[in-house]
Amino acid sequence: MMNFELMNSISKYFSDMFSGLLSLWAGMRVTGKYFISPRAIVTQQYPENRATLKMEERFKGEIIMPHDENNLHACTGCGICEMNCPNGSIEIITDRIPNAEGKPERVIDKHIYHLSMCTFCGLCVKTCPSDALAFGQKFEHAVFDRNNLTKVLNQPGSKIRKEIKK
Amino acid sequence: MSSNNLYDFSKLTSSIHEWLLGMMSPNWVTFTELVLIGLLFLLFFALLGLFLVYLERKVCAIMQNRVGPNRVGKFGLFQTIADLIKLLIKELIPIRKSDAFLFNLAPFIVIIASLMAMAALPFAKGLQAIDFNIGVFYIMAVSSLGVVGILLAGWASNSKYSIIGAMRSGAQIVSYELSVGLSLMAIVVFSGSMQLSTIIESQANGWWIFKGHIPAFIAFVVFLIASTAEINRGPFDLAEAESELTAGFHTEYSGIKFAFFFLAEYINMFIVAALAATIFLGGWMPFHIGSWEGFNHIMDFIPPIVWFFLKTFFIIYLIMWFKWTFPRLRIDQLLTLEWKYLLPVSLVNIVFIAFLVLMGWHF
Repeated sequence: MMNFELMNSISKYFSDMFSGLLSLWAGMRVTGKYFISPRAIVTQQYPENRATLKMEERFKGEIIMPHDENNLHACTGCGICEMNCPNGSIEIITDRIPNAEGKPERVIDKHIYHLSMCTFCGLCVKTCPSDALAFGQKFEHAVFDRNNLTKVLNQPGSKIRKEIKK
Repeated sequence: MSSNNLYDFSKLTSSIHEWLLGMMSPNWVTFTELVLIGLLFLLFFALLGLFLVYLERKVCAIMQNRVGPNRVGKFGLFQTIADLIKLLIKELIPIRKSDAFLFNLAPFIVIIASLMAMAALPFAKGLQAIDFNIGVFYIMAVSSLGVVGILLAGWASNSKYSIIGAMRSGAQIVSYELSVGLSLMAIVVFSGSMQLSTIIESQANGWWIFKGHIPAFIAFVVFLIASTAEINRGPFDLAEAESELTAGFHTEYSGIKFAFFFLAEYINMFIVAALAATIFLGGWMPFHIGSWEGFNHIMDFIPPIVWFFLKTFFIIYLIMWFKWTFPRLRIDQLLTLEWKYLLPVSLVNIVFIAFLVLMGWHF
C-alpha cells in the first residue's frame, strides 16, 4: 500500500513537470505567433490618423447639449444634473419668462459646464429627466488659458422644444 | 578549415602587441593594453545596453500587437539614446538617513561584476580579453558578485521596498546559482575542460546540444530557466515586481545611478546568453551538418563573430520571449521550482552525463 502511494507521488511529480512544460509551451506559442505575424497590430498611430480617426459612440469625450436644426434643445433647467454632479462642474442659471398664457415659466439662461473639473462619471447624462445632455466624442481639450475650459452648453438664442414636459 | 584561419583575430591582436612592444617597455605594454581593452569594453557595454533596451521594447511591442517606440528616428532607433540623455541630466537625489557610502557604491559593484564577467567571453577566434583555464568557473564566480551590489543597494536605501526586493533577489540568486552551475558542469564533463576556448574547440564537429543527446538538451533548458532567474528577469522578476515593490532594490535611485542598474541588468542578460551560446551552441563555431561539404563550406565563410552574435541574440530573444509570455512567480513558487524541480533534475542529469562519458556513448 505504502509502495503504491510512493509510486503515485513519483508519477505525479513527473506528470506535473511535463504538464507544466506543456502549458508554458502553449503560452509561448501564442506570443510567438503574434511575433511572426506583425500585421496583427491593433494599436493606432494617433496624430497620423487624425483625419480618419473615428471615436466610438460610447466614448466619453465631453458633455454636450444636443441641439436640433431649429436650435432647440431639451433642457428644462430643473437643476438635477447640477445637484448630481459630484465635483460641482455644472452650474445652471435660470430665468423666468411669461409663457403664452401669461404665466411665468422657468427657462435656462446659461448651462455652464466646467470641463476642468469634470471626471466624466456620467451622472448628469444618466439622471437628466429629459435626456438633454449627452457625451461628445471630441477629446483634444488642451488650451493655453484655463478659462477656455468653462463652456456654456446651450447655444445662444436656443429654446426648449415644445413637447418637453416641465 | 582554411576559412577559420581567414577570420582569426589572434594575428591582428598579436601584431598590435608586437607594435606596442616596439615602442615601450613590457610593463607599459601591459598597462596600455589593459586601458585599451577596458575602453573597448566600456564602449561596447554602452552601445550594447542601448541596443538591448531598444530591442526589448520592440520585441515586447510586437508580441503584444503594438508598434513600440517609433517617434525618435526611423523606427524609433534613437529612442534609447534620448532616454540615456534624459537619465544623464536627471538630478541625483540623496536619500535622508541612507548610508551614503554604500548607497553610492552599490551601482558600481553591480556594473563591475558584469564588466568582469564580460572579460572572459570569447567573441571570435582569438578575440577574447583573457582566456582563463577555469573560464566557466570564473564567469560563475564574478557574475554572482552582482548580488552583493543588489543587497547593498537594498540595505543602504533605508526603504522597505528596497530591502524586500534585495532580500528576494538574494534568495533567488543564491538558490538558482546551483542549477546554473550544475547545468554548466554538464558540458564541462562532456568537454573535459573549463577553459572556454577548449570548450569551443571541442564543438568543431558538432555543438554540445546536438552531440550530448537528451542530457545536454535538459542541461540547456535548466540553464535557460535558472539563468533567467539569476538575472532577475521576468517571469522571475519579483525582486523588482513593480506592482508590489515599485522598483525593488533600485526604488530610491535616480539619474545615472539608476541607469547603471538598468544597464547592468541588460548586460547580464547578454552575458548569460553569450555563455549559453558558447557552452551549448558552439560559440563562434559555424553551423555544420555532417558530411554536407558544400553547405559546410558556405557556412565557414560567415565570420565567427557573426555566428557568435547570431547565437547570442537567439538566446536573448528566447529570454525576452519568456518575459513577455509568462506571469510572475510568487516567492514560494520560485523556491519550489528551484529546490524541488530544477536542482534534482540537474543532479540526476549530471550523474547520467558522467555515466555517458565514462562509457564513451557520446560523439
